[in-house]
Amino acid sequence: MAAMIELDNVSMMFNLSTERVDNIKEYVIRLLKKELFFKEFWALRNISFKIEKGDSLGVVGLNGSGKSTLLKVVAGILKPTTGKVIVRGSVAPLIELGAGFDADLSARENIFLNGAILGYSREYMEDKFDDIISFAELQDFIDVPIKNFSSGMTARLGFAIATMNIPDVLIVDEVLAVGDYKFQEKSFARMESIIRSGATVMFVSHSVEQVKKMCNKALWLDHGEVKMFGDANEVCEAYSNQ
Amino acid sequence: MKTKLVNHFRTFLKYQNLLKELVIRDIKVRYRKSVLGLLWTVLNPLLMMIVITIVFSTIFKQSIPNFPIYYLAGSLIFSFNSESTSNALYSIIGNASLIKKVYIPKYLFPLSKIVSGLVNLGFSLIAMFIVMFITNTPFYSTLLLLPIPIAYVFVFSTGLGLILAAATVFFRDIAHFYGVFILAWTYFTPIFYPVSILPEAAMKVMKLNPMYHYINYFRDLVLHGIFPSLRENLLCAIISLVSLILGVFVFYRKQDRFVLYI
Repeated sequence: MAAMIELDNVSMMFNLSTERVDNIKEYVIRLLKKELFFKEFWALRNISFKIEKGDSLGVVGLNGSGKSTLLKVVAGILKPTTGKVIVRGSVAPLIELGAGFDADLSARENIFLNGAILGYSREYMEDKFDDIISFAELQDFIDVPIKNFSSGMTARLGFAIATMNIPDVLIVDEVLAVGDYKFQEKSFARMESIIRSGATVMFVSHSVEQVKKMCNKALWLDHGEVKMFGDANEVCEAYSNQ
Repeated sequence: MKTKLVNHFRTFLKYQNLLKELVIRDIKVRYRKSVLGLLWTVLNPLLMMIVITIVFSTIFKQSIPNFPIYYLAGSLIFSFNSESTSNALYSIIGNASLIKKVYIPKYLFPLSKIVSGLVNLGFSLIAMFIVMFITNTPFYSTLLLLPIPIAYVFVFSTGLGLILAAATVFFRDIAHFYGVFILAWTYFTPIFYPVSILPEAAMKVMKLNPMYHYINYFRDLVLHGIFPSLRENLLCAIISLVSLILGVFVFYRKQDRFVLYI
């Protein structure tokens, strides 16, 4: 059986020019001075791994080790500078909750817009509409523009939409810290049920405990390179004992 | 190659619904909190026409028999292009937060702006028909062919919009420059004056202006009841296709780097 997520020698380079050159005058000056594409920064270097269906992979590492970049590469938001990424099946990215919301539109309108962003039809979203609203606990605010929502309410709505059905691959970036503890428990439970139902999960967290609890495999990133890959408990042990 | 094309087509179908939602959002957000709402798409060209007619119709009385319709036909087509491309220009940088967080085929953003422009044009055409009715302008059967020039302009604007959206990501200067460019373009297109007032030299340059050809085509159908020659059709189609091919080429080559610059 083919792996669900497969990375083959993936590297990601950013161009860290101290000031971003976005006007023509600057561009010409720097081109003449030859300092245009100077500071290279490799956020990821030669990353290769495979995860099978039903695996859940925790990604650990210090700040700036390339965790979020890795998730974005897998989600297709960033295209790697070199190497190949293969992801099979539908992907639900939980990278920033409510990223696709339009502040001027109501919760109702945003549900359809966000659904469309994830590639679902209007009819499908109509079916799921009540589930989403009740999970996000926003029954009384359906027609209120999102700009009047608190950040917790927005995040709840985003989480409810992104996890409304069971994707083949779920990508999560430290979003479980949304809302009050009750909602955290609820979102945790939903994530676990997604994992149990056989989805492949990729999960970034600073909390080693969370990774141990939710994942069977772990990947330790250090300065953009794989330091360790394998069983979640072993990797987490090594990581916390470093 | 073939499978690649099939894949592209599949993703297009999958995100067709998103295109629709983006257009609906555009129109909703534009007219939110305005009392007359969508009615403005009809009122706007009407009011503009009244102003322009009062200002210019005395000057060009001899050479333009039906000034209100002459103006409306030209200005509707012109502003379809100018508004939708100006909006497309901002479409990538304006959706930065989205592009950084979710994978979406990026051409959808400029394309959705052009489609919103098309919807707007549809409403504005109502204004034109109302004025035609009031001024007793004959309704030629060639009016049924209006979708042809509109399709030409749509393809042309899509190409131009893709180029502008991609270029603006790397050089924000373009956003400032394009406003001035559009103003110059407006004056250099026979929207409220007849081409007969132009000296011969200017006329030669005018023929290089794509909008001149599209507007002529549109006016032939509306005002004169003539279906333009095969040569005009070919010319318009070629200009549109060149724009589209260039646009798609530039956009596809640069799109993977957008996320690093927004």
